[in-house]
Amino acid sequence: MSRILLTGNGAAAWGARLAGVDYVPAFPITPQTEIIETLAGWCESGEMDGRLVLLESEHSMITAAAAAAATGVRVFTATSSQGLLHGMEMVFTVPGWRAPFVMVNVSRGLATPITLEPDHTDVLAARDSGFLQIHCATCQEVVDTILLAYRLAEDPRVRLPAIVNLDGFYLSFTREPVELPSPEAARRFLPPFEPGPVAFRAGSPVSQACAVLGGSAYSYFRYQTHLAAEQALPAYADAAAAFEAEFGRRHAIVEAWRCEDADYVFVMIGAFATKAMEAVDRLREDGWRIGLVRPRLLRPWPVEALRGLLLGRRAVVVVDQNLSMGFGGVLHAEVASALYGCPGAPPLLGFVGGLGGREIPPGEFFEMARLAREAAETGTVPPPRLLYTEAELREVRKLQAIAGARPKGGKP
Amino acid sequence: MSETKLRSLKDLPTAHLLGAGTPMCAGCGALEALHEIYDLLGGKTVFVNAAGCMTLLSVYPYTPFRGSWLYTSMASSPAGAQGVRDALDILIAKKRLPAEEDLTAVVLAGDGSSYGMGLSATSAAIERGLDFIYLCYDNEGYGNTGQQSSAATPHGARTATHAGVAGFGGEKKDLFAIWAAHRPAYAATVIGAEPLDLARKVERAAKLKGPRLILALAPCPTGWDYDPKDTVDIGRLAVKTGVWPLREYADGKLTHSRVPHPRLPVEDYLRTQGRFRHLFEPQRNDALIAQIQARVDAYWREAGVGDGAGAA
Repeated sequence: MSRILLTGNGAAAWGARLAGVDYVPAFPITPQTEIIETLAGWCESGEMDGRLVLLESEHSMITAAAAAAATGVRVFTATSSQGLLHGMEMVFTVPGWRAPFVMVNVSRGLATPITLEPDHTDVLAARDSGFLQIHCATCQEVVDTILLAYRLAEDPRVRLPAIVNLDGFYLSFTREPVELPSPEAARRFLPPFEPGPVAFRAGSPVSQACAVLGGSAYSYFRYQTHLAAEQALPAYADAAAAFEAEFGRRHAIVEAWRCEDADYVFVMIGAFATKAMEAVDRLREDGWRIGLVRPRLLRPWPVEALRGLLLGRRAVVVVDQNLSMGFGGVLHAEVASALYGCPGAPPLLGFVGGLGGREIPPGEFFEMARLAREAAETGTVPPPRLLYTEAELREVRKLQAIAGARPKGGKP
Repeated sequence: MSETKLRSLKDLPTAHLLGAGTPMCAGCGALEALHEIYDLLGGKTVFVNAAGCMTLLSVYPYTPFRGSWLYTSMASSPAGAQGVRDALDILIAKKRLPAEEDLTAVVLAGDGSSYGMGLSATSAAIERGLDFIYLCYDNEGYGNTGQQSSAATPHGARTATHAGVAGFGGEKKDLFAIWAAHRPAYAATVIGAEPLDLARKVERAAKLKGPRLILALAPCPTGWDYDPKDTVDIGRLAVKTGVWPLREYADGKLTHSRVPHPRLPVEDYLRTQGRFRHLFEPQRNDALIAQIQARVDAYWREAGVGDGAGAA
């Protein structure tokens, strides 16, 4: 094993390379492009025994990815944001083909307004598609999770495509030391893809993705995909144990940071969760018993693991880096659904922050912790809140004045 | 087409490979063409389907195909063919699959997909040099949803979205010319009512590698409003009136495999179909009929073959 400096995107490319990927249908989009450029270079030079084909859209890219997987090769692809949404018809279509492959999504805020920096509204739009969904917080996790994701996706109990998510800019372009598994160890952990009966062969014709008539046949196949997704929970536990045995690194379904004795817990996903870790450390210096819970697996949703980590706390703070218009934070509702009606369900506070890469500074975590304590003490949970400062508002007012949208010197 | 083994109708395959009992409408001109084409392409194929009438050929648990099938979406069937083709190539190159397990990828798409939503994916597949056959059944409207106007609807035809006295005001897009502009390995227009011409073209396409188009005009009893028994007659009239030129593009050259002579007036074709009835009833619309005739005349004049070729 060797330790090198890699960006999140570089780590994603290495994950695909170490997974022994045969085929990479690709389409460029910021901030994901470095992944496919890296893979294109390796395929071109022969360092990787794979074929990369540039498609003309993500819609076609995801179609080609799934069609190739359904023909029996190991497939990797990557996208981001608008690209994921452009391919969304196929994101919902291909899980039912039961042809496993891995797609990295480098999270980026969605239009409108069009932007480049990250939040999770893009990837959460794929939440109900049938893709498994795993969120990473470090570059090491990106490499490791791609290997894990193949093992999970290809597990005979599961056989579904998987999205591995990393945050644009904050993870995609951040260089961190990464321990790369050796190709031999990676191959031991992830043997060559066995397509099973799902493959197009002259000698054994199959009809794939046929129409059905009526709700009974339709429901049967939809239920089957759902039940297969649920099987990814035990399959993940097995894969993570095998991964730890091979590489010595443990990647839990739900990561917990300093939760052992915690009265209060933040819940976050992705790279911004490392900001919460930092805040937890500083709050602990001030005597708080506080921790962080970071679900890695979002689909299937690890309800039991979350209950184990969250029930019995004095209060839980969910920080959503996404926004469901007219509703609020998606993660907040997902956590609430896991805890609802359980004895010991803590007060649950919801905050939306970090949209389009907006910073969540330590002070905001301290304030959220304070509000959590207040909620625990008074028994009153405040309504969900959108994080924003007066200083930010003043800056936006200036932009609006320049844009002519507000009179100069007018009231904020 | 000097190398053809198909000299007369007697040389056409006698074994019919596509199963019967599909849910297509009686007299479906697309199914007619598909039957003829499938007899020649055979079961060592995977039909990569775009949303359209033919999607209903494979309704679980039935299929009329001896070979394989993959339904994709309305816009991305060429990309599905790309994925299948690339995967087969990779497996064979890496010796994980014996070459005899190889398949031909055949896109099966209607005009709604081929002329419209799927055109970007098609153009890109041709430009990548994808080795596949693209089979378009063109019934000149979104037939599966009740014949709304598509980019393949001819000028003046009544459709579910253009039901007024003038019919559809747009022009039928020339998909064959769009394909030819990409300089593909092969492109041809065919019709089920001319089975020998169709068979020679499919035979020729099957021998080539690269992007290949078989574009079949598909008379549609429900969409065009005529008695199902007339499908073959209407198909022949489409050729004889010059409305549907039988064309071929190969080796960088565009040719006509059949030049109608004498070319019959378009009226003979238009009168057979309810979608053009407003041209004749309650009052005859001479201006619009003349317009349609003029378009057909202009095509053959520009093509430089057949009746009127020298009239410019």
